[in-house]
Amino acid sequence: MNATLVESVNDALHVAMADDDDVVVYGEDVAQQGGVFRATEGLQDEYGDERVLDTPITEIAIAGSAVGLAMRGYRPVAEIQFSGFIPPAFNQLVAMASRIRWRTRGELTAPMVIRAPYGGGVRALEHHSESLEAAYAHVPGLQVVVPSTPADTKGLLLSAIRDPDPVLFLEPKRLYRSFRDEVPEGEHTVPIGEAAVRTEGEDVTVISWGATMPDTLAAAEALEEERDVSIEVVDLRSISPLDKETVLDSVRKTGRAAIVHEAAKSGGFAAELIATINEGALMHLEAPVSRITGFDVPMPMLAMEDFYLPNPPRIEEGIKDVLDGEGGV
Amino acid sequence: MTNVSQLDEQPAYLGAASESLAECTLSEPERTPPRYQIVDADGNYEPSRVPAISDEELIALYRWMVLQQVVDQRMVKLQRRGEMGTYASVRGQEASVVGCAYALEDDDWLFPYGREGAAELIQGMPLRDLLLYWRGVEDANKQAANNTFPPAIAIGTHIPVGVGFAWGMRLDDSDAIAALYHGDGHPSTGEYQAGVNFGSVVDAPALLFCPNNGYSISASFEQQTRAKSVAQKGIAWGIDGIRVDGNDVLAVYDAVKTAREHVAAGNPTIVEAVTYRLDAHTTNDDPSLYRDQEEVDWWEDREPVERFESFLQQHGVWDEVDAEAIREEANEQFDEAKAAADAFEKRDVSEMFTYLYDDLPPELERQLEEFESFLEARPDAYDYIEHRPKG
Repeated sequence: MNATLVESVNDALHVAMADDDDVVVYGEDVAQQGGVFRATEGLQDEYGDERVLDTPITEIAIAGSAVGLAMRGYRPVAEIQFSGFIPPAFNQLVAMASRIRWRTRGELTAPMVIRAPYGGGVRALEHHSESLEAAYAHVPGLQVVVPSTPADTKGLLLSAIRDPDPVLFLEPKRLYRSFRDEVPEGEHTVPIGEAAVRTEGEDVTVISWGATMPDTLAAAEALEEERDVSIEVVDLRSISPLDKETVLDSVRKTGRAAIVHEAAKSGGFAAELIATINEGALMHLEAPVSRITGFDVPMPMLAMEDFYLPNPPRIEEGIKDVLDGEGGV
Repeated sequence: MTNVSQLDEQPAYLGAASESLAECTLSEPERTPPRYQIVDADGNYEPSRVPAISDEELIALYRWMVLQQVVDQRMVKLQRRGEMGTYASVRGQEASVVGCAYALEDDDWLFPYGREGAAELIQGMPLRDLLLYWRGVEDANKQAANNTFPPAIAIGTHIPVGVGFAWGMRLDDSDAIAALYHGDGHPSTGEYQAGVNFGSVVDAPALLFCPNNGYSISASFEQQTRAKSVAQKGIAWGIDGIRVDGNDVLAVYDAVKTAREHVAAGNPTIVEAVTYRLDAHTTNDDPSLYRDQEEVDWWEDREPVERFESFLQQHGVWDEVDAEAIREEANEQFDEAKAAADAFEKRDVSEMFTYLYDDLPPELERQLEEFESFLEARPDAYDYIEHRPKG
C-alpha cells in the first residue's frame, strides 16, 4: 500500500494489536480522538477501551506504568504526545525501564515501547519540537529507534513492540505527512540496530537519521549534480544499538564523512559517531569529519525555527567542507 | 463522551451552587486525624476488638518482629566490622513492616523501598539474600518467585511501576494486589503523585503502605509537607486513606486486611502507619544532628515489640512463648544466612554485560572482550580490593 509515515505507524499498531492480545496502547488523547496526529486512530473502536485508553496527563506514570504492565506480561505501547514532554518520563526510563532485566539478572523484563513524535518543522508550540535522542541513547539498556520512511516506520515499530527489551521510538513528525511511499501490507518487520545505505557513493559518506533524512538526500543529490562527485548516504534508523559496521565500512571506503542531525551540536549523537569513526577508521580519513546540526540553543518557537533546523543549503555547504577539506600534517 | 442524559441534569464535576464561600472551601483538617489502634502503648486492649487470629499466628507475628530486631542489630554490627555495605535499620518500625506483610495473600506482590526486610522475608525471600542485597550483589534481586520487586532506592520511582503492575493484575482478572511500601518522604515526589493519580483512574489494585516514621533522613514530617497526614493525600485522588498506629501490630494487620479487600476490588488505598525510626536513617547517618534524645526516648517507651509482648502476656498466649528460644532461633537463622552469604560464589565480571539485554549487542560484546583481555594482561589491576580498608 501507499502510505504516509503516520499512516504506517497506525498500520503497525493495528497489525500488532490484531496479532497479540497482550498489546495495550495508551497515552494522552490517543483513544477517543486517535491521537493529536491521528497515529492511533481507529484502535479503540476495534480493540475496546481496556486495550486502548486515554490516560491522565502524566508522562511519569505513562512511562512507569508501562514498566509494570510489561513485567506483568503485557506489551504496552505508550505514547508521549510530543518529544518535549519526554524529560518528565526520563527518570522512569533511567531508573526502571532500562535496568529491570539487568538488576534482576533476567528475571523481570520490560518489553515496552514509548512512542513520541519528535523534532521541529511543523510550526508547533514551544516545548513540542525537541530532539534529545543523544541523551536517551546514553542510557544503557534503553534502545532508541528513529525511522525516516513509512516502510521502515512500520517494520521497526513492529520489531520494537515484539522486542524483549524497552524501546524509545522517536517518530519524525515533520515527515508524518510530507510524502507517501510504498509500505508492505500486513506483516513486515525491520531489525533494530541495522542502518540502511540509502544511496551508494564513493567520495563522501553522509550519515543522518529521522527528520533530517529527506533534506540530507536532497542536498546530496543537488551536490552530485553540481559537482562530479558520488555521495553515500547512510540512514542509521537505530541509534542505540548503533550499527557501527555499516558506518565504518562506508567511511573506510569514502575516506570522508559528514553527519547531519537536528539536535544541538555539542554532546549530540554526531560526537559519538565521530568517536566511533576515530576508533575504527581514523587512518582512512582524508579530512576532518563535519557536523551539520542544530545550534547549542533551545529549540526556537515557530517564528525562528527554520533558521535553527539544518536545511539542504546548510547540508550542502557542510558536505562541501568535507569534500574540500584536507587532513594530514 | 459525555452522556447526553447526564447533561439533562448537570455535569458531575459541576457540584451544587452555594452562597457560602466557607461551604465551598475544602479545608485542611484542624487536627491530625486519629490513628486506628487496638493495643495501646502500655499493652492494654479490649478483648472483643482483637482480630480473629489464632494463637499460632499471634506467635508468628511476634517471631517476625523479633527476627527483624535481630537482623537489624546484627546487620549494623556487621557493617561496623566492614562486612556489610550501608544498611538501613528498621528498628522501631517492626510492627508496621510485619503487620502489613502478614496481612497479604499468597499471590500479592511486594514493591519495597528498602526499610522492610521482614516484609521481604514474609514474602519468601531467603535471609541470605537480604544480606547479599546489602552487600551490593544484584543476584539478591532475583525474587520474582517470591512475588517481590527489587527495593526502589530512588525515592518514589517504584510507585508508577507498581501501579502499572497492579493495573496488569486487574487486566488479568487476578484477585491479587500490589503492596507498595513507601516512606513519608515519597508523597513529595512527582513519581508518587503521578503514580497514585494514574492508579486511581485505571482502578489499579495497589495498596500504598506508608510507615510514616516522622523523618526522611533529617527532614521532619513537618518539613516534608504542610499536610497533617499522608492518609489525607488520597482524598485529592479520589481514594481512601487510613491512619493506623504503626506500633500496634494487630491494628496494622487488621487495617491492612480490611483495606486489602477494598484494594482488590480496584480501589487504590493509602494506609499510613504512624511510627518512628529508632535507629539512624542508615549506618552513614548521625541522627543527633537533627533530633533530640528526649524525642527518641519518648518513642523508645512506646516501642512496638515490647508492646506486643505485653499484649501476649495479658492475652494469655505468653505462656506458650519461649521468648529466649525465639530470639536464639532468630540469631541462628542469621548465623546460617551469614554463612550462606559468605559462601556465595563471586560472580564473574561478565555478568555486568550479559544481563542488560536479551541479546548482547555487538558494542557490549566488544567492551566485554576488551575488558577480559585487559584482565588477562593486568591480573594485578584489582588487587587493591582485597587490601582496601573494610567499612
